[in-house]
Amino acid sequence: MEFKSRNQGQLLSKIATNDGHGENSPYFDGWKAYDSDPYHPTENPHGVIQMGLAENQLCFDLIQEWIKNNPKASICTAEGAADFKDIAIYQDYHGLPQFRNAVARFMEKVRGNRVRFDPDRIVMSGGATGAQETLAFCLVDRGEALLVPTPYYPGNDRDLTWRTGVKLVPVVCESSDAFQITRAALEAAYKQAQDSNIRVKGLLLNNPSNPLGTVIDRQTLQESLDFTADKNIHLICDEIYSATVSGQPGFTSIAEVVQENPHCNLDLVHIVYSLSKDLGFPGFRVGVVYSYNDAVVSCARKMSSFGLVSTQTQRLIAGMLSDEEFVDGFLAESRRRLGKRRADMCEGLGQVGIWNLEGNAGLFCWMDLRRLLKAATYEAELELWRLIVNEVKLNVSPGAAFHCSEPGWFRVCFANMDDETMEVAMERIRKFVARKQRRRMELEVSLSFRRRRDELVMMSPHSPMASPLVRART
Amino acid sequence: MLGSQEYILSKIASNDGHGENSAFFDGWKAYDADPYHPTKNPNGVIQMGLAENQLSFDLVEEWVRNNPMASICTPEGASQFKDIAIFQDYHGLPEFRNAVARFMEKVRGDRVRFDPDRIVMSGGATGAQETLTFCLADPGEALLVPTPYYPANDRDLTWRTGVELVPVICDSSNGFKMTRDGLEAAYKAALDSNTTVKGLLLNNPSNPLGTVLDREALSMALSFTNDKNIHLICDEIYSATVFDEPGFVSIAEILAESPDANPDLVHIVYSLSKDLGFPGFRVGILYSYNDAVVCCARKMSSFGLVSTQTQRMLASMLADEEFVGKFLAESAARLGARRAAMCQGLAQMGVGSLKGSAGLYCWMDLRRLLKAATFEAEMELWRVIVNDVRINVSPGASFHCAEPGWFRVCFANMDEETMRVALSRISKLVVQSKSGEARKQCRRRSKLEISLSFRRLEEIMMSPHSPMTSPLVRTMT
Repeated sequence: MEFKSRNQGQLLSKIATNDGHGENSPYFDGWKAYDSDPYHPTENPHGVIQMGLAENQLCFDLIQEWIKNNPKASICTAEGAADFKDIAIYQDYHGLPQFRNAVARFMEKVRGNRVRFDPDRIVMSGGATGAQETLAFCLVDRGEALLVPTPYYPGNDRDLTWRTGVKLVPVVCESSDAFQITRAALEAAYKQAQDSNIRVKGLLLNNPSNPLGTVIDRQTLQESLDFTADKNIHLICDEIYSATVSGQPGFTSIAEVVQENPHCNLDLVHIVYSLSKDLGFPGFRVGVVYSYNDAVVSCARKMSSFGLVSTQTQRLIAGMLSDEEFVDGFLAESRRRLGKRRADMCEGLGQVGIWNLEGNAGLFCWMDLRRLLKAATYEAELELWRLIVNEVKLNVSPGAAFHCSEPGWFRVCFANMDDETMEVAMERIRKFVARKQRRRMELEVSLSFRRRRDELVMMSPHSPMASPLVRART
Repeated sequence: MLGSQEYILSKIASNDGHGENSAFFDGWKAYDADPYHPTKNPNGVIQMGLAENQLSFDLVEEWVRNNPMASICTPEGASQFKDIAIFQDYHGLPEFRNAVARFMEKVRGDRVRFDPDRIVMSGGATGAQETLTFCLADPGEALLVPTPYYPANDRDLTWRTGVELVPVICDSSNGFKMTRDGLEAAYKAALDSNTTVKGLLLNNPSNPLGTVLDREALSMALSFTNDKNIHLICDEIYSATVFDEPGFVSIAEILAESPDANPDLVHIVYSLSKDLGFPGFRVGILYSYNDAVVCCARKMSSFGLVSTQTQRMLASMLADEEFVGKFLAESAARLGARRAAMCQGLAQMGVGSLKGSAGLYCWMDLRRLLKAATFEAEMELWRVIVNDVRINVSPGASFHCAEPGWFRVCFANMDEETMRVALSRISKLVVQSKSGEARKQCRRRSKLEISLSFRRLEEIMMSPHSPMTSPLVRTMT
């Protein structure tokens, strides 16, 4: 028998051979640098410190204590093993009722009990990654679009567009407004899409925002609700960082705004959630789709078969989150530790003249390094970033990775390391800035004749400005 | 301004691609509304429509109790909680991949090796099938699937992918075996409709048939797909449910014996839901011999990774070779004994089932209980079984079977006593049918025999459930 072998390119789908997964960007170099040379306080003190991963590792002591004291939450302990079989065979995509109840209750507590969540609207997904993709499949057809304010989480490109064929239209937000979303920007983006014959089906907000580290205020949420109602499009709110807000301004959920708008069309409002950030459990893949639209709940639930939460994990989470005393204590302490870590970081950076966007949420700061750029261009941002990764040995994330419309902003994560590592990172930044200041003073005279202009910002291939959908800066 | 619901949702959300609007869900509803319980509800509906393996949990529970380090919640394992909870690398825990590869080797009697670096996670086999389809086929293209087949293939392979399924008709004249002619006919029908076929999906062992594919059939499938330069996907989810001869032969073995075959075309779908009985844990596996597919599927696995808590536990369990050896042997023996008891019980009432050596179900032949050889009659009989006999079984039409009268009945999701109750209920149905209908049948039969033979073909072709109505199938062989 003869077998023929042919060209790989013909064998796979278009989806498999395009770049929709987003991993071919140069920003993965930072990860590669870290992976090949990871920092360790004793074994590799000169290695790369990972500050590009938004993880919450500050409160595992609290978690571990709870685990120790609650063996029934597990199906592997002596106390819980009798339930192993029932849990292992349970495959109903509604999920364990106690899981849904506990998650709904947790979400209520995070919002200070100002709203109620219906456990029957809690739908599981493969992390928030799966939740975003599922909602896109439910709400948008191939070729249609979602509006997304910039700067935004890079994974959105993969989650919302790769396999769905949906497009993203950026809503450009700028530092002059502290990157707030304006009605004008929403309208401009919507119009640009229309002018390109692209039908917009929804607006995706991330509140609190990654990478900004800010909460969206009530007024902006109201405006977004009004805008989407006017256009009869969906409003999706990814509230994955909801419990990482410390101090003021506090977190306002779209659920609260909806409550205050009894005449709004609930069929257009949906929330994405996950336990990856608030609790620090990205490995457990606990994604949630919460929709006020019955048909979407029903459809998303059917789709959840593609990414259900392991019942072993559902059982553990149900036990943990229904312990109200533990949850109250955890939320308060986690917020306090995050707030302190952020304050320490900002103070440390401030001492060397580096400022961040003012914010009190998330697991990161949005650092302003514009004055360290050789020029106000994305090339210069990339160059500065390579310097930070390769010489300062910190993996931070450059603004262009988040489709930021202005070069020079960097996201730096602070919750995935201990205090000592944090101090090492701060010291490295301080030394780097000091070196740069010295060099700058030396070059300032010669530079003043060569300084390049802002128009170059628009010509970078990485700039959202280069998108055919954005023609004019406001 | 408020538009209608359909306007604001996607086409995918508004169509029936999820497959749940079929009449067959009535069986589930009947069970949910009135589930059997030996003491609390002895007249309730017995669930025999769910292919689950519940026979060997005693072995699993014993292992769990004796191996507290496998858990991140026991005193022995809790110090690992944080590292496991924050591990989100889509390659998965190395020990998990190693253990799964080793387990798959053991299931195949160590006749083949699996490379742990080719093990990719997915949201159950459900996710694995969809992911492979996204990787291999574009919207509008097609996969060939032999009938009868697992109903959820329609949802998994086509709903969100936009890919089509082209049935490869198999029938009882040769024990539902797949033939080269059948494959060629299906392929040609697709071509004639300007549909590009990108692959062939096999389920070995087969759901719902309960049979394994022999070496010859697998070689034939491999050479067919190589000739057409299309993919060969083998769903081997029931690989460890084989309890008798003929034994299980994996596509991995055939590939190892075919050095001229193109490995870039071969992919395996697997899961721990059936062999171990863990559907709740969502452990889907995609194994591909094509590097680009491994790479792409791994990126897609972000949409359905296995919880690291579960990866960790299973890594320990499956790495325990002594336990695995004991479990595989004992599980197969219990499945074999259960199936034998079921088939013997059925045979005593004159009900035959397709001879098979695998799976968690029998493919029961109730053709002679049909009022007519039609899918309407099959549906009518099925309603009698669900509503009067009070057993949820699955009618052949839900598996796109080309002939009415076949039913899949599951036997591994209950205890022995429940199975005895089920058999006694079935025997009442058969007896009633025989005595009550025998005389009627005789009279009707002679009248109808002539008209039936003219009507049979059209009825089979015109049923909405029949793969025959697919524009891609023009003639019955």
